[in-house]
Amino acid sequence: MERSEILKQFEPANENMLNILHALQNNNSQNYLSEEDLKIAANYLNTTYSHIYGVATYYTMFSLKPRGKYIIRVCNSPVCYMENSTKVIEKIKEFLSIEVGETTDDKRFTLELSECLGRCGKAPGMMINEDVIGNLDTVDFKSIFDNYN
Amino acid sequence: MENANIMIDGINLIVKRGKTILDIATENGIYIPNLCHHPDLVPSGNCRMCMVEVEGMRGQIIACKTPVEDGMIIRTESQEISLIRQTTLELIHANHTQDCTNCYKNNQCKLQEVTAYVGVDEKRLNSLRRTKPIIEEDESNPFFTLDHNKCIMCGICIRTCDEVQGTNALDYGYRGFETVVSTFGNRPIKESVCESCGECVVRCPVGALYPKEEKLPTREIKSICVYCGIGCNIYFGIRDNKLVSAKGDGDSIVNKGRLCVKGRFGYKFVNHPERLTKPLIKKNAEFVEVDWEEALDLVAKKFASSKGEKFATLSSAKIPNEDNYVIQKFTRAVMGTNTIDHCARLCHAPTVAGLVQSFGSGAMTNSIDEFTNASTIFSIGSNTTAAHPIIGLHIKEAKRRGAKIIVANPKEIDLCRFADIHLQQLPGTDVVLLMGMMKVVVDENLEDSEFIKERCENYDEFIKSLNEFDLDTCEKITRVPKEKIIEAARLYATNKPSSLIFAMGITQHSHGTDNVLAISNLAQLTGSVGKESSGVNPLRGQNNVQGACDLGALPNVYPGYQKVTAPEVQEKFEKYWEVKLNPDNGLTHTEIFDQIEKGQIKSLYQVGENPVLSEADANHVKKALDKLDFFVVQDIFFTETAKYADVILPATSFAEKDGTFTNTERRVQRVRKLVESPGEAKDDWWITCEIAKRLGGSGFKYNTAEDIMNEINEVTPIYGGIKYNRIDEVGLQWPCPDENHPGTKFLHKDRFSRQGGKGKFFPLTYKASVELPDKEYPLILTTDRSLYHFHTSTMSRRVKGLESLNKEELLLINPWDANQMNLKNGEFVTVKSRRGTVRVKTNITEICPKGVVSLTFHFHETPTNELTICAIDPVSKIPETKVCAIKVEKIDHK
Repeated sequence: MERSEILKQFEPANENMLNILHALQNNNSQNYLSEEDLKIAANYLNTTYSHIYGVATYYTMFSLKPRGKYIIRVCNSPVCYMENSTKVIEKIKEFLSIEVGETTDDKRFTLELSECLGRCGKAPGMMINEDVIGNLDTVDFKSIFDNYN
Repeated sequence: MENANIMIDGINLIVKRGKTILDIATENGIYIPNLCHHPDLVPSGNCRMCMVEVEGMRGQIIACKTPVEDGMIIRTESQEISLIRQTTLELIHANHTQDCTNCYKNNQCKLQEVTAYVGVDEKRLNSLRRTKPIIEEDESNPFFTLDHNKCIMCGICIRTCDEVQGTNALDYGYRGFETVVSTFGNRPIKESVCESCGECVVRCPVGALYPKEEKLPTREIKSICVYCGIGCNIYFGIRDNKLVSAKGDGDSIVNKGRLCVKGRFGYKFVNHPERLTKPLIKKNAEFVEVDWEEALDLVAKKFASSKGEKFATLSSAKIPNEDNYVIQKFTRAVMGTNTIDHCARLCHAPTVAGLVQSFGSGAMTNSIDEFTNASTIFSIGSNTTAAHPIIGLHIKEAKRRGAKIIVANPKEIDLCRFADIHLQQLPGTDVVLLMGMMKVVVDENLEDSEFIKERCENYDEFIKSLNEFDLDTCEKITRVPKEKIIEAARLYATNKPSSLIFAMGITQHSHGTDNVLAISNLAQLTGSVGKESSGVNPLRGQNNVQGACDLGALPNVYPGYQKVTAPEVQEKFEKYWEVKLNPDNGLTHTEIFDQIEKGQIKSLYQVGENPVLSEADANHVKKALDKLDFFVVQDIFFTETAKYADVILPATSFAEKDGTFTNTERRVQRVRKLVESPGEAKDDWWITCEIAKRLGGSGFKYNTAEDIMNEINEVTPIYGGIKYNRIDEVGLQWPCPDENHPGTKFLHKDRFSRQGGKGKFFPLTYKASVELPDKEYPLILTTDRSLYHFHTSTMSRRVKGLESLNKEELLLINPWDANQMNLKNGEFVTVKSRRGTVRVKTNITEICPKGVVSLTFHFHETPTNELTICAIDPVSKIPETKVCAIKVEKIDHK
């Protein structure tokens, strides 16, 4: 969708800044906020570039670097940690050959860490985009990741 | 009730309401520690140091954000306050480099001051301290460094950039421990929108932002900035006979302590090794150093044989009033001609010609500080934030107070960020735009009938001429949608007080005087002149262009705009100067070069000018200069024009002489000698007097600049009461006829200074610019200024930092036009007009509308004025440097 189309869905008011940034990020084919995205949002909201940059860098759900099609967010909160999330992270890193914060060469996956996902009963857990997957100590990562093309 | 009774730490105080606890405490000498507070800024309350307790209020209160109220009992100290402050301070210290002895701000540091008062618990601090990776200093800006490791996150720089400067280059970025003061994209400052004004550097309470190459001065002397016509007051720091620092004078009504990048950092040319230090005479096509005697004797001998109409003087808008007075006296009394002019001819000649006809006086009608209280500010043909940055700040301040801003400019200039309406007229169509606005005012009955009836004349004639300007025609000619014209007209006419600002975009046209008359018509029509915060305000470009005009460096007037052709004036000056004077008007700047080329003028005496770069159709000027029998250049540097000289006389710069400059609001201010002149450079007035004496001139025996001012007082009614002892601290605004007169804040109150006391309307028609685009030359070239340079850059390009911020000319061109020619951003192209060709890099940008390109004339490598046309306004003789037709050609690299 054209950026202007997205902006039209919101009133140009400061309280809509986060929603606008989310919408622009979701619309971006590389799953991030480009400088162009930020500038267009700032112009629309009549705020300054430095301010919108400050906002975008404050929130962890925004990325200012291009990301893969799917964002893997592994929970790193205490419960998952006690259930060996560290090992899970190592396994995923090895499987995808990337470090935390990096994107696979085929631009499919980006690996990130996350605060509590509220699925402590199925710890350790993670999200891939909107899907929540639990009990990661028992799963076969290949079969999971094969579902995301 | 205006006052409140309060008690701070047991002291009873009766104070004004509306102020904060911190303000009141500070005023009364009670110390409350604070880090993020700055008197120029809105309190932000983020450092949590100014906590106090107020009886009856729960917990601790932030003193910087809490207004006093009647009956408040305030404690600035308690055990609990002390503990909170200590812990907060320890958290700041935990992240702060403990490297005080190596810090620029050592002993002037706010953090040291607060720590000394509050104290820290070393043990606790050590447990808090963390090993934070050192962030590399941002050294990108040529004038200052940003060291994140010393930053205490008070946000003063961020708020300064927002509230004072309106640039917003900085904000907080990232989160938690990673938080830093960041530009957009966290790029180096030089790559951001930063304008390098240094206001943040001045306000930084610690050593996080600190100036480069600045030494601590051993003494400071107040003088006036030498760049634009605003006349900012600066305390210059001096050490070892060198200028080492500059600081805005916070008490000055003109700049209120603020400075732009040129004012704060641009003084460094004074110390430049290329300054002229010895008189030079051209012998066998080479310049040879000689002593003053030889140079002056030669000049006098040559001038003696070319008196009268064989002689011309070009004086300077950069030198003080006293020097200008002496130079015009020399030209008139010794050389017997009124052919003296200066570069005002190339900037505000139509303003003087136009406003004298309509109002009776050609100067800014209001004072600079009145802008902040205007409700509407209409800026037309002025790139205010680049050419007059401090007036730009006044406009931004007005905007923050709720004023509406109208910008009329062919380009989308920086000021448009603050504009409520941007009228993007085609260059050269200002009369149509303004008359269109007036048509709206009249059609909608928004005119000020009483003002017109009581204070103006010739209204009926003017009204008839409006018929030509129906809005559809206006839209077609100007390309401004008529709705916008209507909106702007309504706003200007109804949201009063309205103040109008204009500059070169109005004047540098073959119909420049008409443009000015259109402006004066609009102001009279709406009654927006002769009132506080409401008037017509031409912004003068050079530091003393107002003064050079006032003191008669013009071919048709003696000092104080007394007409050369008026017999009683001539008689007065003949009596005072004890010499017979020439009754005829002299030639203007542009006419002088014509007459040189025709062989009529043989000798030219030129002080502080650089026409080879600044004059329209510069190739014509070069040809003329080659023809001169004898050419004397008096300057501080070897300019592009100096090459053509026979004799070069080294002059002192503003920093090495006493005198006065008159700023754009008619304020006469003291310029003071700060350092000794380099080598044998001499004051301009001294040099001219020596030449005059050798030619038998009497009345040139001055000992000081003040002697000259005393003479000016006697022969110049508008300067009658301007005495050095009166302007020691604050300058006086002319007219100031006698020693008891307080000066004049705004002009034309109750009565216009025109003969008869009435303002005059002028009927106008649309006259197109002389050279419009056609098939062969399809684009309009207009000229502009950069924030980082001044005029032909003789001074500013000799300041390393300014040069590094803007080191080359760029042709601004719209993407559509660039696409037509398949141009890439940053590639070299040739720009051709019927008169010349230059080579320049492109900057493809939407700042320029389709069909219009823009260049400055700051760079000798790209002499823009070889392209411009010398089509002259018939009244004021200004050349049309704002509009000519050009073509852009891609350079074939094969």
